[in-house]
Amino acid sequence: MFAYIVRRLLYAPLILIGVNLLTFALFFVVNTPEDMARMQLGAKRVTPEAIERWKVEKGYDKPLLLNAGREGLAQVTDTIFFEKSLRMFAFDFGRADDGRDIATEITTRMGPSLALAVPTFVLGLFVTVSLALVLVFFRGTYLDFQGVVVCVAMMSISGLFYIIGGQWLVSKVWHLVPISGYGEGVDTIRFLILPVLIGVVGGIGGSARWYRTIFLEEAGKDYVRTARAKGLSELQALFRHVLKNGMIPILTGVVVVIPSLFMGSLLTESFFGIPGLGSYTIDAINAQDFPVVRAMVFIGSVFYIIGLILTDLSYTLVDPRVKLQ
Amino acid sequence: MMGVQLVFLWTDLLLFGLVGCVMLAALAARRSEPMREAWRRVGENTVGMVSVSILALFLVVGLLDSVHYREYLAPGAGAAPDAQPVLGTEVRSALDALAAPLRTRVEKTYSAPLSYRLFAKQTLEAEDGTQQRDFPRLKFGGAHLQYPEEDHAGDMLGRIGLGLALAACAWGVFAGILVQGVAWSRGVPLGAAGRAVWRGKGGLAWRAVLATLGVLCLILGPVLALATEYHVFGTDKVGQDVLFLTLKSIRTALVIGTLTTLVTLPLAVALGIMAGYLGGWVDDVIQYVYTVLNSIPGVLLIAAAVLMMQVVIDTHPHWFETSAERADARLLALCVILGMTSWTGLCRLLRGETLKLRELEYVQAARAFGVSTARILARHILPNLMHLVLIALVMDFSGLVLAEAVLSYVGIGVDPNTVSFGTMINAARMELAREPMVWWSLMAAFIFMFVLVLAANLFADVVRDAFDPRA
Repeated sequence: MFAYIVRRLLYAPLILIGVNLLTFALFFVVNTPEDMARMQLGAKRVTPEAIERWKVEKGYDKPLLLNAGREGLAQVTDTIFFEKSLRMFAFDFGRADDGRDIATEITTRMGPSLALAVPTFVLGLFVTVSLALVLVFFRGTYLDFQGVVVCVAMMSISGLFYIIGGQWLVSKVWHLVPISGYGEGVDTIRFLILPVLIGVVGGIGGSARWYRTIFLEEAGKDYVRTARAKGLSELQALFRHVLKNGMIPILTGVVVVIPSLFMGSLLTESFFGIPGLGSYTIDAINAQDFPVVRAMVFIGSVFYIIGLILTDLSYTLVDPRVKLQ
Repeated sequence: MMGVQLVFLWTDLLLFGLVGCVMLAALAARRSEPMREAWRRVGENTVGMVSVSILALFLVVGLLDSVHYREYLAPGAGAAPDAQPVLGTEVRSALDALAAPLRTRVEKTYSAPLSYRLFAKQTLEAEDGTQQRDFPRLKFGGAHLQYPEEDHAGDMLGRIGLGLALAACAWGVFAGILVQGVAWSRGVPLGAAGRAVWRGKGGLAWRAVLATLGVLCLILGPVLALATEYHVFGTDKVGQDVLFLTLKSIRTALVIGTLTTLVTLPLAVALGIMAGYLGGWVDDVIQYVYTVLNSIPGVLLIAAAVLMMQVVIDTHPHWFETSAERADARLLALCVILGMTSWTGLCRLLRGETLKLRELEYVQAARAFGVSTARILARHILPNLMHLVLIALVMDFSGLVLAEAVLSYVGIGVDPNTVSFGTMINAARMELAREPMVWWSLMAAFIFMFVLVLAANLFADVVRDAFDPRA
């Protein structure tokens, strides 16, 4: 068990190195800094001097991998790869195109992202698991059938429509909450209700149907039949046995997401004007702010790897049969 | 007489190639008993046949929109009679030609569905020189009405009636062909075949097909009849017909939903089987690669790749002769990027299944007889994985269509000049906040996208149930 975790922890940096190499290849090898300078400067102002100035300004005026002009260690460290890619391991992301420090930006924007993502996640999980249990309780009946149909229909609606429709109905027609924005302290709740609600509703279709399948499989097993035979009511059997054992496969899908909650939701944040990491990413993409996109790719994979390790750990905690080797 | 020259865009070729491959695969599947059996289960399923009928309709529209051509420009007045005709730069499709009235009747700005007036008041000058603010008449929508206030409703009712009549005829013809086909294939008289279909015993679920087509005809007939003179879904900000835009969006959705698999499939199948069967360091390397790809959040990886691809396209404008070709290259690149980022799931699934298969007795026997690895993979492993591949493909389709909309909204989707559901929604998303509200663009995109994705989801469910041996 301990050895396993150590091995997984050692595997994590290896994956991060892979991610790092991949982003380096994407951002610096597919397109040379000259190409990027040409695009960012626009067609009219492209002169060799302007490109050179742009590269010096952004710190791209170095060789990619090996600086032959320097001595000793500086041959390796005074390169784009070291300055722009390897420094990310120390969470040093450099500056965005507008000159702000990316690391501080990320830490200040994490709060709003979490304020939106955590309630959505917790409430969403609770609602979808409850709905799935209700469907399983009424399995084989007309209600169950209708429920599945509604789930498939809800899955078929693009997330964009949930947001656009929700904003229109709740904010514009009913005037219940502000359309978008973000406040300080308790005041924020006003702004968060609607995005959380939309996040939960938008996720119901796919998740509830998936959880229903898992619970159904569990409910058909012998030990549940035995539980019913020994006199447990259907409800007791569902909560004591089906829910408990059904949660194991659900955990794999869910735990891996938890660390990624920091990343925020791209769409919801940008539609509701919440100053989190999601809207930061979208703004960076629209402004073609490559350093920010690179930093977000790296951070995103860090959180994903943490999620993977947590999943492994949670497995051993909830399911004593699982012995990790 | 103006000549045309066919233009083959990359996505056109690939799309038609894919359709051809599917047909060949269908022919091959006819020879395999389990495949035939599974497809029969799909065909006998009411939901399956309903969704197939709807998807087929979308496919027809998409394929029509994939036959592209460029027109020769009419020679100028002073041109020499033997001058070489010049090719126009605009690339059109067969759908553009068929729906030419929809494409060319561009109004000034917003107009509500079926309206004969613009949506916003403008200052109009009456014949006697006085000025007043009123809704101006549309240039095309309802332009044939002389007294629109009195005649508008009556004219629309007349057209709806005509459309319904045409729809009934079309449905009748189709039902006739279908029953005749059933009669021939079973060798029974026409009447008996008709009764069998009516009772739902015509072999496959033909009754469901006929019912679906009936409903579609009931909707499409009046829509087509109205579309000859009105804008059925209104017009957008620059006056384009929204119905036409939604029809054009279908091709983009189909291209993304299907061509992506051309990238996913070879990668996932080859790497998945290799990892599972060969094991050892091959397995380690492949697992490492897909864990790395998996660990980058999908949207970010796509965003990074698309941003880089944009730089490539922008810095090489001489690669593309027309703007349509550039937009097409970008669409294809998006498919490739989506494929490169989404093969990992299927690969992991196939690796796991191969691990199980390689321990089965018949595979071990083959190995003991000295059958080569390549032959074992081709004869024993691959055919037994095909059902998983098929299920994954149909399940992925709807997700890809939905993803396109989101990516285009974020600004990393298709070229802004390519009509797609995503660009439509993106252009229309502020319209609900207008006063008075403009709802029809979003509504049209919503309806078409919902029907397409729902049909794809239902079809995927039916296919999974039919092919998954565990179900």
